[in-house]
Amino acid sequence: MTPEIATAIFLTIATAATPLLIAALGELVVERSGVLNLGVEGMMVMGAVTGFGAAQITGSAYLGIVAAIICGALFSLLFGILTLSLATNQVATGLSLTLLGLGASGMIGENFIGLPGVKLKAIEIPLLSDIPVIGKVLFSQDLIFYISILLTIAIWYFVFRTRAGLTLRSVGDNHTSAHALGINVLKVRYLAVMFGGACAGLAGAHLSLVYTPQWTENMTAGRGWIALALVVFASWRPLRIVAGAYLFGAVTIAQFHAQAQGVAIPSQLLSSLPYIATIIVLVLISTNKRMTMKNTPASLGKPFVPDR
Amino acid sequence: MAASEIAQRKQLLAVESLTKVFGTLKANDGVDFDIDEGEIHALLGENGAGKSTLVKMLFGTLQPDGGQILWRGNPQIITKPSFARQLGIGMVFQHFSLFDSLSVAENIALSLDAATPLSKVSAEAERVADKYGLSINAEAMVGDLSVGERQRVEIIRCLLQQPDLIILDEPTSVLTPQESERLFETLELLRREGKSILYISHKLDEVKRLCDRATVLRHGKVVGHCIPSEETPSSLAAMMVGENIHTIRKVADEAAGARETVFSVNKLSQPPTGPFSTALKDITFDVPAGEVFGIAGVAGNGQFELFEALSGERLQKDASMILLRGEAIGNKTINERRMAGAAFSPEERFGHAAVATLSLADNVLLSRHASDAKAYLSGGLLRIAKPSALKSTLARIVKTMDVRKSGDNPDAGTLSGGNLQKLILGREFDRQPSLLIVDQPTWGVDAGAAARIRQSLIDLSKSGSAVVVISQDLDELLEMCDRIAVMSEGEMSEPQQASTVTRETLGLLMGGANAGQAA
Repeated sequence: MTPEIATAIFLTIATAATPLLIAALGELVVERSGVLNLGVEGMMVMGAVTGFGAAQITGSAYLGIVAAIICGALFSLLFGILTLSLATNQVATGLSLTLLGLGASGMIGENFIGLPGVKLKAIEIPLLSDIPVIGKVLFSQDLIFYISILLTIAIWYFVFRTRAGLTLRSVGDNHTSAHALGINVLKVRYLAVMFGGACAGLAGAHLSLVYTPQWTENMTAGRGWIALALVVFASWRPLRIVAGAYLFGAVTIAQFHAQAQGVAIPSQLLSSLPYIATIIVLVLISTNKRMTMKNTPASLGKPFVPDR
Repeated sequence: MAASEIAQRKQLLAVESLTKVFGTLKANDGVDFDIDEGEIHALLGENGAGKSTLVKMLFGTLQPDGGQILWRGNPQIITKPSFARQLGIGMVFQHFSLFDSLSVAENIALSLDAATPLSKVSAEAERVADKYGLSINAEAMVGDLSVGERQRVEIIRCLLQQPDLIILDEPTSVLTPQESERLFETLELLRREGKSILYISHKLDEVKRLCDRATVLRHGKVVGHCIPSEETPSSLAAMMVGENIHTIRKVADEAAGARETVFSVNKLSQPPTGPFSTALKDITFDVPAGEVFGIAGVAGNGQFELFEALSGERLQKDASMILLRGEAIGNKTINERRMAGAAFSPEERFGHAAVATLSLADNVLLSRHASDAKAYLSGGLLRIAKPSALKSTLARIVKTMDVRKSGDNPDAGTLSGGNLQKLILGREFDRQPSLLIVDQPTWGVDAGAAARIRQSLIDLSKSGSAVVVISQDLDELLEMCDRIAVMSEGEMSEPQQASTVTRETLGLLMGGANAGQAA
């Protein structure tokens, strides 16, 4: 394999992995606060349609990204108000959010179908992008790729090394105790939920501005659900999410090539391979019960109502 | 402590006519008291007397509706816990407010002010721990610690904030006597350093041993201030309850030893049933007719699993591990055991012993539809309940056990803990079982109802039944049992004669010493 081909393969893998990585990192923060938001798919698709539309209207892919982030955060705020302030069931509310997002994005995007999109351009980082192989792979990418890498490191540091991250984990572990210590549980959760929404919106923008710069209805195609599964199977740890997302991306690309080569395996089976492979690997690495117990937010999905 | 010494002390905290109203209930009604520097002050009262409400107002998690709090003579409005901490008030909670999946150091860091770097918390925690004899590993995960160790973490967490006043809410309810003794030494050390302690308890001997002054609450009102060392446990109890509690009559039994064995457990062993469950190891004991057999132990040493095995919630492969009147019942279901003459009262009242949303009469049917099918069911295979028969049984239980309820046949959920427990036990007494097994009979029950429950258990044994009582309350067991065995890590000690055994021996057995070492 020549360096050029290796580089090209990595670039396609990174493109497939980036939206999953960003959406899953956002959901990790949400779940670490003890909230289960099953609306990732809906927030992502809303981000995708908003990002596409804003880029169309303004002609700037960057403004598209900003719009998608704001849209994702606002959309998740709806979930926040329902589940946090009104203490509705998080599972049912999250599912509704996905259904709402899929429906609303289809309606908003009706006129976008078939329009050529605005593609987010790669940014070549001076000097670094001239390094052979690595330069092309790591330093000639689009903005969202850079964000995804910085986000991984930042979230890992935030969750495990900062006081604010400790507060986040404490709220997810035992919201009653956190409240007793004087931590504003609902405020922490609102911030976490909106951060997760913003990430999902950004992930959606990646789909409609980088992955396939156009709008098609339902274009997230279940990536929101994969992001959710990644969080659980990665035991709520950021670095494992990177591994899971890139594994998923790699198998996705591999099966595309296999289909193109006409390998004698039914295409449906090949299309399901990335999902199967990711789940198997993540299940295998999360067999350590103790580690899983230590990292699972104990109050995940439980509504918190401050006592009198 | 000499009176002149007390007079020289400076007042730290004073509470003046503090009032808190929930709906129509006055949880605190004009409460007055004060604490001096270097004083251990007891707040005595039954469950529901308003102790927790008062403490929550002092710590800022509740806002008073009237009255004021003076700190070093200045009125303060304590709006939130962080402000209470800033003033110098620290709190050790009754139900621990720790985070299981975080390390000891992380738990401690959460309650320190944000300026303390996370990296310095461990060293600081260990320094304070050593100073007060509270050994602890700062890197351990809290979920792995024992109850006593968790309490130490709570105390260290509180001490690191350098409070002038430390509030302890029922601190010894989860400790062995030896662990309690260690706690008292720490508290006395703190008092010598001039710190003040507000000690909330309903254990009278502890208050007498430890506290300089006491304030007694009843139904939200202060009913008296006293100096515990000048009172007797029964005079303190009378203040708390408002009447003299009937002391329990236990007449020595002449025929002891000569009676037939009703219930025996032979080498009962069972593997752990879940990740946080205790295995049962070779448990063997006999209970003759007319005996109250006590099972003591710190929570989580297999009592819950033992109750499950004895009641038939979990069946044994080897039926002969459990014998009732010589019949092997180890593989029999709960109802089959009931029909053989056994009755059970589990620890959890709702979800186990009773259903909150069903009426009291329906709750009576729940445990008796099989054992008394003739009385309560009609219609052959249709098994239709007979409401009139249930109602008359309910009326009988309510009368004999003095169950206080609103309305004729209300939902079980409307009863207070003590009244519900009286109903649950009354339901079983009413059958005249030859064996009754009860887990935590007076947990969360006020002193008056608790005395009645204990007396009725003794009365049942007098009538010729075997009674097994599982409890964490040593005083209760010493008061009513003939013999007491101790569970520790799933093993049961040799039964001890209640009339001769010392609390120290039981405490050592609870801590895992074998009978030879303890005696």
